[in-house]
Amino acid sequence: MSVFKVNKTIEEINDKIKRGEAVVVNAEEMIDIVKKEGVIEAAKKVDVVTTGTFGTMCSSGALLNFGHTAPKIKAAKVWLNDVEAYGSLAAVDLYIGASAVKKGDPLNAVHPGRFEYGGGHVIEDLIARKPVRLVAEGYGTDCYPAKRIEMEIFIDDLREATLLNPRNAYQNYSVATNSTDKTIYTYMGVLKPHFANATYSSAGQLSPLLNDPFYLTIGIGTRIFLGGGVGYVIWHGTQHNPNEERNERGVPKTGAGALAVVGDMKQMNADFIKGASILGYGVSLSVGIGIPIPVLNEEIAFFTSVSDEEIDAYIFDYGHDYPLKIDNNYGLTNYKELKSGFITINGKKVPTAPLSSYSGAMKIAETLKQWILDKKFFLTKPSAPLPQSKDYEPLKYLKKYEKNL
Amino acid sequence: MISKKVVLRFPEEIAEKPLVSDICKKFDLTFNIMRANIFPRKEGILTLEISGEDDSFYKGIQYLKDNGVSISFVEESINRDESKCYHCGFCVAVCPTEALTITDRKTMRVDLFKDKCIACGYCVKVCPVKAMSLPEEF
Repeated sequence: MSVFKVNKTIEEINDKIKRGEAVVVNAEEMIDIVKKEGVIEAAKKVDVVTTGTFGTMCSSGALLNFGHTAPKIKAAKVWLNDVEAYGSLAAVDLYIGASAVKKGDPLNAVHPGRFEYGGGHVIEDLIARKPVRLVAEGYGTDCYPAKRIEMEIFIDDLREATLLNPRNAYQNYSVATNSTDKTIYTYMGVLKPHFANATYSSAGQLSPLLNDPFYLTIGIGTRIFLGGGVGYVIWHGTQHNPNEERNERGVPKTGAGALAVVGDMKQMNADFIKGASILGYGVSLSVGIGIPIPVLNEEIAFFTSVSDEEIDAYIFDYGHDYPLKIDNNYGLTNYKELKSGFITINGKKVPTAPLSSYSGAMKIAETLKQWILDKKFFLTKPSAPLPQSKDYEPLKYLKKYEKNL
Repeated sequence: MISKKVVLRFPEEIAEKPLVSDICKKFDLTFNIMRANIFPRKEGILTLEISGEDDSFYKGIQYLKDNGVSISFVEESINRDESKCYHCGFCVAVCPTEALTITDRKTMRVDLFKDKCIACGYCVKVCPVKAMSLPEEF
């Protein structure tokens, strides 16, 4: 006997998609539906909620196989457009990390460095079907005699081009500010002295793991939108921590969960994957991810109805505490305040700026919605769950929330 | 009444002439200095907001040109490549004049108000996808 009043299965939802009868909404639309109709009616009516996020995500990279040359090489060192990749996998497999910088880059010698080109840009160039110059060096073996090759590669000529990102789609993220008396250049953007600004990096109410805070539907094997193509969740992301502090809706107040994802780069579109040069910090990759959440019961309807004001985030000092790993914060804010353009820190009104594209996230959630409505994309049941939170019990947060209404 | 931000470039030969002061006296214009730089070869760059009656404004600009000052209008200079911009917001954190800002707090798209731009170039440096540009002379 189920504890829920509404009970749907992934198979039933996929059948509705096939028949063209599925009701699919994005996570922003779901907020009003639940507000007007309540969780039970919303769960009966809506089958899928689409989410999206489009921000800079280090811990991304591409796994490429460039095929054998004549004569063959066992590539030990590899460069793509002068950006070093990791070659010690096999003969012609390589992995290029998003944050690798170009050979000869002045880095932060003249601070703040510009970091014009790196691994993230190589990945974008490949996806944009631009030629990329490959140089490989090997030590020469009887079976792989070549010691150096230089060639131009195109994504369509590669045997495999796979985006393989160990940590993406962070569930939530810190708000960054700067208490010191000098401007700092961080992965959270340029932070001006004396708390003159603050930055944040999450799609908030549209973000995938904020709409499934206990990873009840998103797990290993979940099919997703990745960079304009179809990808999969393959594992929990590095640093995944389901036991972070949560609010009364069960939403974590800081990073918490994360996803490792994989997808075929040949299907991707450079509108949703962009190399990023972060002033004074380095190179990275902006990754567009969208995840469909099946509304299996009223609890999922409740979780997917989360709005910006119900998502908290801690404010941290990136000028002093963060680099020294000092455990200190400047209180909580929420995404409604952050998106309004101002938050309050120590009683002072501080202007905010986003770093993750909300309009990009919306475009992804809408694209994924259209794929489902067009019967091109079906939902999956995870083959194994992500590491779970010890705080979860069925209906615990929904009941708590309803009591407070 | 007209008010525009302009970048004036003074070659070495005229760097010592009080040309900006001249246009104030001769054409009854006012100005507000936004940025001033002198380079090693004694060439100077001055970013001003010049205000006055329409007719006087253009006479003043012509006077500067006639005296060898090269002029560019700031609002015609800053450029955003719309195919690259994905509205992340990195630029909003640094723009000192809110020329780059978010007005629609629902869509969170980043607006560019060229008339507010002072061509400081912060957005050009900070844009992670190199969507912002200014001509070389800035």
